[in-house]
Amino acid sequence: MSKSEFILDKKISKKDVCFHCGDFVFNTDNLIDEKQFCCNGCKTVYEIINQNNLCTYYEIDKTPGVNQNHEHRKGKFDFLNDELITEKLVHFRQESIFHVTFYLPQMHCNSCIWILEKLPQLDLGVLKSTVNFIKKEITIQFDNGKTKLSKIAEKLTDIGYEPHISLNDVSKKSLKKIDNSRILKIGIAGFCFGNIMMFSFPDYFSLGKFDEPAFKYFFNYFNLFLALPVFFYSASEFFISALKSYKQKFLNIDTPIALAILITFSRSVFEIISNTGVGYLDSMSGIVFFMLIGRYLQNRTYQQISFDRDFTSYFPLGVTRIDKDGKEQQISVKDLKIGDRIKIFNEEIIPADAILFLGKAIIDYSFVTGEATPVSKSIGEIVYAGGRQTNGAIELEVIKEVSQSYLTQLWNNEAFKNKTNVNNDDSFIHNVSKYFTYALFSIAFIAAIYWQFVNPSVTLNVITSVLIVACPCALLLSATFTNGNMIQQLNNLKFYVKSSSVIERIAKVDTIVFDKTGTITVQQIKNALFFGSINEYQKELIFSLVSQSNHPLSKAIAFSLNNYKKHFVRDYLENLGEGISGIIEGKFVRIGSAKFVTNNKKYLSLGTQVYVSIDDNYLGYFEIKNVYRNNLKNVIEKLTKKFKLSVLSGDNNNEERNLKNLFGENHSMLFNQTPTDKLNYIKDLQKNGNSVIMFGDGLNDAGALKQSDVGIAVSDNMNNFSPSCDVIMAGEHFHKLNELINFCKKQKTIIYSCFGISILYNIIGLYFSVIGELKPVIAAILMPASSISIILVTITLTTFFAKDLHD
Amino acid sequence: MSVILILISTSLFIALGFLGAFIWSVKSGQYEDDYTPSVRMLFENDVKQKETENTLSDNKIK
Repeated sequence: MSKSEFILDKKISKKDVCFHCGDFVFNTDNLIDEKQFCCNGCKTVYEIINQNNLCTYYEIDKTPGVNQNHEHRKGKFDFLNDELITEKLVHFRQESIFHVTFYLPQMHCNSCIWILEKLPQLDLGVLKSTVNFIKKEITIQFDNGKTKLSKIAEKLTDIGYEPHISLNDVSKKSLKKIDNSRILKIGIAGFCFGNIMMFSFPDYFSLGKFDEPAFKYFFNYFNLFLALPVFFYSASEFFISALKSYKQKFLNIDTPIALAILITFSRSVFEIISNTGVGYLDSMSGIVFFMLIGRYLQNRTYQQISFDRDFTSYFPLGVTRIDKDGKEQQISVKDLKIGDRIKIFNEEIIPADAILFLGKAIIDYSFVTGEATPVSKSIGEIVYAGGRQTNGAIELEVIKEVSQSYLTQLWNNEAFKNKTNVNNDDSFIHNVSKYFTYALFSIAFIAAIYWQFVNPSVTLNVITSVLIVACPCALLLSATFTNGNMIQQLNNLKFYVKSSSVIERIAKVDTIVFDKTGTITVQQIKNALFFGSINEYQKELIFSLVSQSNHPLSKAIAFSLNNYKKHFVRDYLENLGEGISGIIEGKFVRIGSAKFVTNNKKYLSLGTQVYVSIDDNYLGYFEIKNVYRNNLKNVIEKLTKKFKLSVLSGDNNNEERNLKNLFGENHSMLFNQTPTDKLNYIKDLQKNGNSVIMFGDGLNDAGALKQSDVGIAVSDNMNNFSPSCDVIMAGEHFHKLNELINFCKKQKTIIYSCFGISILYNIIGLYFSVIGELKPVIAAILMPASSISIILVTITLTTFFAKDLHD
Repeated sequence: MSVILILISTSLFIALGFLGAFIWSVKSGQYEDDYTPSVRMLFENDVKQKETENTLSDNKIK
């Protein structure tokens, strides 16, 4: 739940929200044009938009902005002026006209689309800007003579849409083009299927006794002409896949299908050319059409979600380097060398292992190591890559190159090297199809022997009919449509699976491993509990003071004291890394570390404790705690009955007692785990024959997620980075975990039910073909009838089983 | 009867025209983003209004 939603829950009147971003306004003097703003950032954005007469932005959706309460650094995008970087980011150029695509994570509403497509009015060098809302991307065409890439990026930042340019954007030069060929194949197969059916009507209704045989030729050759693109283009993927599996000496589901298509087509061509019949081209195009639709539904990709991210998409592209003569320069992270001096600004990510040289570092490693509390580092200490600086600017000296740093080493582990484990071929469907194929060949063989004795002239006819009518397309249809439907149902709960084989793997799992920070705790919201005695008036004073600060701990305190009255704060002071102080109603209030507040080293200062004193009287401290997800206890109780559970945390064991309360005593809990420890833990489980789901959220879980049978990344914000995994699920639906796993287990039941139905149709079809009476009309009725009944059954069953998910 | 032949071939050619339109729509990227255009369409009214306002005010200046 985001902060703004939370505030709306409390029904604070509309008056108190920022005109730009809709966040609660603490300080009511930020007024222009009688509009309130929560911070200067939001106000500036409003001013720019207002100056350019683009205020329609605020009319399309109310409070369309994203909170801008952080500083933008001038020249942050200067590294984009580098010729080599421009070259790699720009995907099209013609003389001075460049096309570039930026990822804008802040994009979230219709107003965003509107304002971003008005970019040519904000920067005259921009010729056209096109938004892809689903992907949160903007494609900009600009004249490099009139504007610059860095200027455009800055302009976007100015209006509140800072482009996210990561190392990944330049390391791979492949433009991710969506493959449209399947849509084309479906369209063409559908077109030919429909038309062939139409031209076959005269034959279906026994109008075949044409007065002129010329008609028959005409229709037949028309059909043949229409079947060519289906056979050679639309069905090509079945042949390619069958060939591949043949080379690997493995019978996959496409082998019998390719065989059936091939036999149907050759027999039809033979009948038409020899003028002995009309062939089964209608049935052939029909099955190709339906099977392609099934495949399309099953493999539909989510444009907005990327499953294969590594550290390069987390690291920023640009970094500030300080020359020997003290000049600051924006360079690409890739050009960083050992010994370079770099400057990291507030809220920036440290790109390489380095030694702290200047400034006070308080680094948030929660994403990298799972430690919940920011760590402070003093000068001379090593700062590892991946941490986020939260305390003003610092200067560092690089000691390892980006690709060699402690964090990125994880990606050298073998778990990341063998990519073969993402193979769809191990599905039980392929096994079933193998038996189906053997059974089919036996029937054809027996029928052939019988007819060889009775009437040898029809033997070949019977064999081909058997292979045509008993095409295992029904198997494929059951599987693809079921998977497609299930994926859709799971999507509705923001449970995005990478491919359909993941569903099957989830069903097999017997062990579940959780990461702690950000996975079973909520990433953003922290709870502050006060230890000591304090009265309501003092709470007001504290609230007034912490509302002034942007420090995460202050925010957490302000958040838990939300409803208190605010007073005016005089002489407000923020001592980085120590605390804040101010005079409120004549009282001197100090909040911060033990040392800062009490001037006494007696109180051991843990990062999660914030001390309070008023007029030098020490009152007590706030303990900032992570909040566990909704209904976590409930979920765990349900899961304990069926699975072995464990918790792996990169954090210290402060929370062990709470976790034991939640999980019970029997489950293993390990703390202070490094990313490699986590990976090895999963490996050990697998060696003991367990099939493991790993739940994680950060880079420190990346190895474990990759190694596990199913890696599930839990994310509170789908736009945020999530490490490479098989499933990305929304934290808000975490409490449905048990139901989600149960639903995945139903996949087999549904597919087997559909098989049952398809076998019924197959028996009818086989009966006709074995007795040598398979007329094209019968094939043309059986084929769509079986396909449609399978589709109906699978939709009904998936919807029925999905009921539990939506309660 | 030959009129049937003509009608059928004509119908097929018309159908091929639609197939061509479909192929064009796929190639031109209409299946790549199926959300944004639906929103963008709603903005155009407002843009045109602004443009006419602008031309009106321009005329007045002249």
